[in-house]
Amino acid sequence: MNKILLIIKREYLSRVKKRSFLLVTFLVPLFIIGIYALTIYLTAESFRNSDAHVYVIDQSGLFKDGLADSKSIRFTEVTGDVQEQKTRILSEKERTFLLIIPPDVEQTRAIELYAKETASLNVQEAVSKKVENVLRDSAYARAGIDPVVLKSINPQVKVISREITEQGEKDSSAGAAMGIAMTLSILVYICLFLYGAQVMRGIIEEKNSRIVEVIISSVKPFQLMMGKIIGIGLVGLTQFILWIVLSSALVAVASVGMVNEEAVKAQLEYRQADSTAAVPQSGAADGMWNTAMEELGKIDFQTIIITFLVYFFGGYLLYSALFAAVGSAVDSETETQQFMFPITIPLLFTYILSFGVLVNDPHGPLAFWLSMIPFTSPIAMLVRIPFGVPIWQIGLSLALLIGGFILTTWVAGRIYRVGILMYGKKASYKELAKWFRYKG
Amino acid sequence: MLDIRNIVKQYANHRALDDVSTQVAKGSIFGLLGPNGAGKTSLIRIINQITAPDSGEIYFDGERLNPGHISRIGYLPEERGLYKKMQIGEQMLYLAQLKGLSQQEASVRIRHWFEKMEMQSWWNKKVEDLSKGMQQKVQFVATVVHQPDLIILDEPFSGFDPVNANIIKEEIQALNRNGATIIFSTHRMESVEELCDSIILINKSKKVLDGKVKDIRTAYRTNTYRLEHLPYDGVVADREGLFTITQREDTGGNTTLTIRIAEGKTINDVLAYLIPIVQIHELAEVIPSIHDIFVQQVTAQASTH
Repeated sequence: MNKILLIIKREYLSRVKKRSFLLVTFLVPLFIIGIYALTIYLTAESFRNSDAHVYVIDQSGLFKDGLADSKSIRFTEVTGDVQEQKTRILSEKERTFLLIIPPDVEQTRAIELYAKETASLNVQEAVSKKVENVLRDSAYARAGIDPVVLKSINPQVKVISREITEQGEKDSSAGAAMGIAMTLSILVYICLFLYGAQVMRGIIEEKNSRIVEVIISSVKPFQLMMGKIIGIGLVGLTQFILWIVLSSALVAVASVGMVNEEAVKAQLEYRQADSTAAVPQSGAADGMWNTAMEELGKIDFQTIIITFLVYFFGGYLLYSALFAAVGSAVDSETETQQFMFPITIPLLFTYILSFGVLVNDPHGPLAFWLSMIPFTSPIAMLVRIPFGVPIWQIGLSLALLIGGFILTTWVAGRIYRVGILMYGKKASYKELAKWFRYKG
Repeated sequence: MLDIRNIVKQYANHRALDDVSTQVAKGSIFGLLGPNGAGKTSLIRIINQITAPDSGEIYFDGERLNPGHISRIGYLPEERGLYKKMQIGEQMLYLAQLKGLSQQEASVRIRHWFEKMEMQSWWNKKVEDLSKGMQQKVQFVATVVHQPDLIILDEPFSGFDPVNANIIKEEIQALNRNGATIIFSTHRMESVEELCDSIILINKSKKVLDGKVKDIRTAYRTNTYRLEHLPYDGVVADREGLFTITQREDTGGNTTLTIRIAEGKTINDVLAYLIPIVQIHELAEVIPSIHDIFVQQVTAQASTH
């Protein structure tokens, strides 16, 4: 037991102390935050830059009241020769446009926008919306409909999804749950391969450098294999925990820095009001943002993080044992292909299903069985968790997962102890079965 | 030290060891000899408890071999290596601790050995930065640092340059004088003959012979002598019933003969015949080397098949 701790310690420290580990651990959260910040910055920038100036030649006479200026677009009515105006645009600075509304605009529903450059979608959309509004209002007027009455009877329905549990009702959120489920399935899929392959590579390295026989004259092959698997698994857990801590710290700092205090306060007040009110009333403009925040607030992140770590580790133990067996059976990484394929299949299968079937029907029979089978449960169960899964199912699935990895490590251990001492022999499945049956 | 009894190891398609028994005396240097593929490494792996025999047993100091004995054995495998990216000092500490030493004890002993072998400056170096010979030295220290009672060396001199091979040879002899039992395994029999007290010869998974080197060589004597005599105007020829000449060499006037004495006669009979004829310059018995005995045994075995 003492020796297996020594092995775990070496495997763990030799990886954690590597420069690449530190780099990845600290750069990934920075990278994520960086992308997050960049997106916000660019979005803000694109709105700020869109201070457009539009000259309007109204040949239809419908726009006598003019088009209303908005934050980003200013309209100026001009008259005169079209050709003359076009030439003038050329001499103007950028983001200056010439809008020509033809006399028959009500029939053709077409207007022309001239500029030195192609007008951005933002500007095109803003202009068309404004023109549409004016045309619509005049059409209503001609049909005898009062636009004010029309607006007041515009019904907006919002579905408030609530879950009934034994503890009472609580808000649930399909949208956010779906997003988180997808993220988790991608994360687990990638990480199982990433760390499983590290186990495999470590074993191939020990085999190639021929140190393995020196070590197994001191410890049992099974101890060496388990030590390596657990050591690398702990590296993975360390990395995740650091990522979670660093990312949340950075997000906290970043959001305080970016959103001004009043907005945060308003946000909080809004959410407090929301939780007491029976029917939340979303404002039209900032409704989207609020809804997103609100939905995220309904997700139980603590449960998700804990189950993620547990299932990642369980799934990792199960698969890395298989990776270990593969690593012991080959002399170089290029030979691993034929054995990797069957290992990849259940994961890939669940991963693909998680995007369609599992997310849309997280409580259906397929989702249930996939989240019970140890080879698929690390992905399937994590996809289901954000939608709420009964405790007994999680318990059963974990018990099966533990049983599964005990089985795979036992099988892998029997192949491993023979494989690591075999050099220059191309292993086939038949060969592996033979090794499995060797005595001692 | 070791009592090996009727070991059988069967792999799927071949039998690696077939009823092999032998004894290794405490404090001796023991040679495990045989051509490549004879089963030497299989036997060593069984002694190291890396694999288990299908039948037969091994007693270590009178006790049935068990995991507790692992820390008393030092093993230098034929396929040897170290972690390439790990620092030497750290690596030695790791390997010594796996053999059951505490960290402090391991550290003290490793530093002692490093001083002895003049490798102090290597502590922080990585294995990949060392030459092949240096790596072998490190590996040797890793094998013996926990002061094992039994040291097993599989093809120990392959890969060593002559200078380092000599250093290692001297260290092995010093360890042996301090009480360690040594097992050498090699297919190059001439390289260990001078070192070994006893040997076992294995061929095609079976024991061919074992025992003390001296006894074996005596037992395989063929009554052959090498005799050098000064120039002589005649020619010494075979003499029926007394001796036959198997080889004749003329070097600078002197003649060297290899003669085989006939059954029932002794060297004195031969000398009585020769002294009146030639002036004898040198005379020595030709005792067969282990290598010769091995070749003789193996070819005999092959021809009976």
